[in-house]
Amino acid sequence: MIFKLERRVDDSRWMAYLSPILAGTLTLITGSILFWALGKDPLQTLYTFFIAPVSDLYGWTELGVKAAPIMLCALGLAVCYRGKVWNIGAEGQLLFGALVGGGVALQFLESDSAFALPLVLVAGALAGMAWAAIPALLKTHFNTNEILTTIMLNYIALNLLLFSVHGPLKDPGGFNFPESALFTEAVTLPLLLEDSRMHIGILFALFALVAVWVLLSKTFVGFQIKVLGLDTRAAHFAGFKERRLVWLALLLSGALAGLAGVCEVTGPIGQLVPQVSPGYGYAAIIVAFLGRLHPVGILLSSMLMALIYIGGELVQIELNLPLALTGLFQGMLLFFLLACDVLIAYRIRLSPRFSALRKPSSAALVNGADANLSTHSQ
Amino acid sequence: MKQEKKSLAQRFAKAAGVALALFMSAQSVTAAEPVKVGFVYVGPTGDAGWTYSHDKARKYVEEQLGDKVKTTYVESVAEGADAERVIRQLAKSGNDLIFTTSFGYMNPTLKVAKQFPKVKFEHASGYKRAKNVGTYFDRIYEGRYLTGVIAGKMTKSNIVGYVGSFPIPEVVRGIDAFTQGLRSVNPKAVVKVVWVSSWYDPAKEREAAETLILQGADIINQHTDSPGPIQAAQAKGVYAFGYHSDMSLYGKDAHLTAATHNWGPVYLEKVKSVMDGSWTSTDFWGGLASGATALAPLNPAIPEDVVKLVEERKQAIIDGKLHPFQGPVKDQSGAVKVPAGEVMSDEDLLSLNWYVEGVEGELPK
Amino acid sequence: MDYDLIVNILYATVRTGTPLILVALGELVCEKSGVLNLGQEGMMLMGAVIGFIAALETGNLWLGVTFAMAAGLMMSLLFGFIALNLSANQVATGLALTIFGTGLSAFVGSDYVGTPLVGIEPWHIPLLSDIPFVGRILFSHDPLVYLSFGLFVGVYLFLNRSHAGLALKAVGESPQSAKATGLPVFKIRYLAVMFGGAMAGLAGAYLSLAYTPLWAENMTAGRGWIALALVVFASWKAERVLLGAYLFGAFSIMHLVAQGLGFSVSPNLLAIMPYLATIVVLVMLSSDKARVKLYAPVSLGKPFHPAD
Repeated sequence: MIFKLERRVDDSRWMAYLSPILAGTLTLITGSILFWALGKDPLQTLYTFFIAPVSDLYGWTELGVKAAPIMLCALGLAVCYRGKVWNIGAEGQLLFGALVGGGVALQFLESDSAFALPLVLVAGALAGMAWAAIPALLKTHFNTNEILTTIMLNYIALNLLLFSVHGPLKDPGGFNFPESALFTEAVTLPLLLEDSRMHIGILFALFALVAVWVLLSKTFVGFQIKVLGLDTRAAHFAGFKERRLVWLALLLSGALAGLAGVCEVTGPIGQLVPQVSPGYGYAAIIVAFLGRLHPVGILLSSMLMALIYIGGELVQIELNLPLALTGLFQGMLLFFLLACDVLIAYRIRLSPRFSALRKPSSAALVNGADANLSTHSQ
Repeated sequence: MKQEKKSLAQRFAKAAGVALALFMSAQSVTAAEPVKVGFVYVGPTGDAGWTYSHDKARKYVEEQLGDKVKTTYVESVAEGADAERVIRQLAKSGNDLIFTTSFGYMNPTLKVAKQFPKVKFEHASGYKRAKNVGTYFDRIYEGRYLTGVIAGKMTKSNIVGYVGSFPIPEVVRGIDAFTQGLRSVNPKAVVKVVWVSSWYDPAKEREAAETLILQGADIINQHTDSPGPIQAAQAKGVYAFGYHSDMSLYGKDAHLTAATHNWGPVYLEKVKSVMDGSWTSTDFWGGLASGATALAPLNPAIPEDVVKLVEERKQAIIDGKLHPFQGPVKDQSGAVKVPAGEVMSDEDLLSLNWYVEGVEGELPK
Repeated sequence: MDYDLIVNILYATVRTGTPLILVALGELVCEKSGVLNLGQEGMMLMGAVIGFIAALETGNLWLGVTFAMAAGLMMSLLFGFIALNLSANQVATGLALTIFGTGLSAFVGSDYVGTPLVGIEPWHIPLLSDIPFVGRILFSHDPLVYLSFGLFVGVYLFLNRSHAGLALKAVGESPQSAKATGLPVFKIRYLAVMFGGAMAGLAGAYLSLAYTPLWAENMTAGRGWIALALVVFASWKAERVLLGAYLFGAFSIMHLVAQGLGFSVSPNLLAIMPYLATIVVLVMLSSDKARVKLYAPVSLGKPFHPAD
């Protein structure tokens, strides 16, 4: 190899900001070549993909509608990942929150009580929390790997939702089709803007953003979580209650994902359907990492993720490009972003011979780039 | 004089106005913008099944109308919160007519339609309509009835297998119609149903078909999207019916025929009616008579007399002399649900959620 | 149930379990080296589509299989570059690989939808297939099924009886100590990832060339994810992967058979069972801290860079 990666003594703050720009540029170049090869005007395509969707106020409201659930999930995941609690289960927590919240909402078909909506939202958040409590319990008491349990629980939650909309929660007047009755006004999220779909769920997401930021950077609990993530043994010696931190991270993340789910069904969807989430919980994992596990980063990356989805629809509508291309483009952008991040913790050296054996000894050696990132992105 | 002059001027003005109007309308015809038609698909256009059949029809419309029409589609649109945005985007982009081709788009379509009163919407398989939202579907069950007749004549084991997706009325209707056709020529034959709870999983569908074959079925029908069941039948040397489109490519010997959707003429009609301004919100539910439902070419293995019988029945359905659900229709317990001399109403057909006599097993609730 | 039915259920079980075994064995080796690749679905789809196209264009099914494996391998190299060379987070990279592979396979295969292909035919092994009961269940399949048997034996011996397998496991346990003892950690992980990719490609080829010879978007229908559960369910042991895959297979077949016999259970509740079972197994395995070390690779999912 002509090039060799060498670990920086300290993470480059410059690169932390430069790498997304680099990744973006690489994606734009590769994308242009791809679009050009397909006989489309690259500039026009890129414009349609990234600019046209947000060229008016309505576009921004839609971006918010799409980004809010991803952001809620990703914020919770960031807390988990900071503490090296690998929660992959935001999808399941979201679905379970939607299911239980939606189930409660269906009890209010003939009510216009002002308490109905808060009750539904709380039910959804608690349900998400309960779903996350399962891996928390299994991890703290049975030492079970949470990556695997949360993935399994995603499938279980999905099937429970399917079972419910095909069975007990089916709309009695709905000709046996698998969806619930439409929710009433009383249990539908109020809109922030007339003639748009922007509902108050976006405020929840922004509130969660501030809350998670305060938690992580201003509180002792947040500090403990970060220490736990950097070095479990150090956390142990410092007398931190590891189990409690794991519980906290998972419950918080479950509650946020559950809230995202119930906001989807009481917001833009307005009923329980088999397909509540087009994979928001999984998208949130990528968003959390792209946002460097930092609330502001997550705000930006969830908006980018939402933009890619909406832009993908728009290039289909405006330019007749197949959806497959969007997936390709999305994957590419994600790869570039992930790849460029390496430059934060490593530098590129020309020849292996020149890279002297300057190996730093770091407590977080095993955990490589991620662990170091979290100390510096504050 | 004065008055005469005025009236002359008036007449002149009027004539000029008429001429202008004529000119304008002529202008708008010759240099008319193409009619823009949008399609929302639930699956990828490459699913070889449901969405594929709609996209084929979209291409057919383009072929027929050339540059008088401009079509756009969005594929794999999730039936959740995304659907509304996509439909609205299509409306905003100036489409005059928008087809939303899956049941789950019903409520989003209505919501968007309210905001775009000038845009026409057509929703497939739903039951809610509005001033600018029509619904359409095909009576695929009529085709299934005919496949039932063929199966009744061709089965030796008197057990026919049916691979189902989800127990929604549309699928149950197909099973019941098939059974009605089957039992009309072979009262001893029964239908076994296996649900795969997926619209699309070739391997699982194939396995379900093989399971049915294992349990004695010598003919397989399907209400799922992939040719998996045909492949199973071909491998096991039994017969099968395709669905959506002619699937004989996947099993030349096994494929007896297929009940197919033929959306092309339906879409063409709708687009044309938007072009000449005659579009109204209707509930189109067309079958063999309208050409929306058709049978794929019959396998030469089907004996002459059966072919003749099928043709007769088909003609009878087209002429309105025969209805797959004409009384007496009995349920599994033998109770008469539709008395002799009557036919099942469209409303009952739409919400059908029980098996007719001749289907084995219990319908999952 | 009569004899014939049982034999046929078991026969179908083997066939249903085969794609799971193929992809899960690959993932097993990969995870044993400490690398968690969640991109199996994307790699399988690429294997399925490239295998199908190659077989159709060249008219040679086995060339199709080879191309499918190569396609899976190429995809895994992409993963390897980002997750290993560049130490990116493995979970995020794997998910991105699935998104990418799903899109790319649909893109490449768009002209091949609805094209028929005569797939790989069953080949009854002489003599062996004549053994009553066992012969029909195990030795009347298509050659890819036999290949899965062979690959299972190979992976089993590799992990349990070979020095190379030991080295692989050492790397998965603790890359630091492995490196200290002079093992090429990076190279070993790369090879494991590539093996996983080739196996996923092969599993894809099994679907598009043998099981249901056709190409359609997303035809793997989530099998990559089931394989992931399977590796855990099997507590990272090759023999249990085999057993687990057949259990999964038998389970889904029994679900269909039971319906044919007139039983009706909610399919969604049934679909929960394998995942629930996996969690239960996982809990049983891991509740004893000492025992869990025997199973799960300790450094699973944690990046390790040669520069460290």
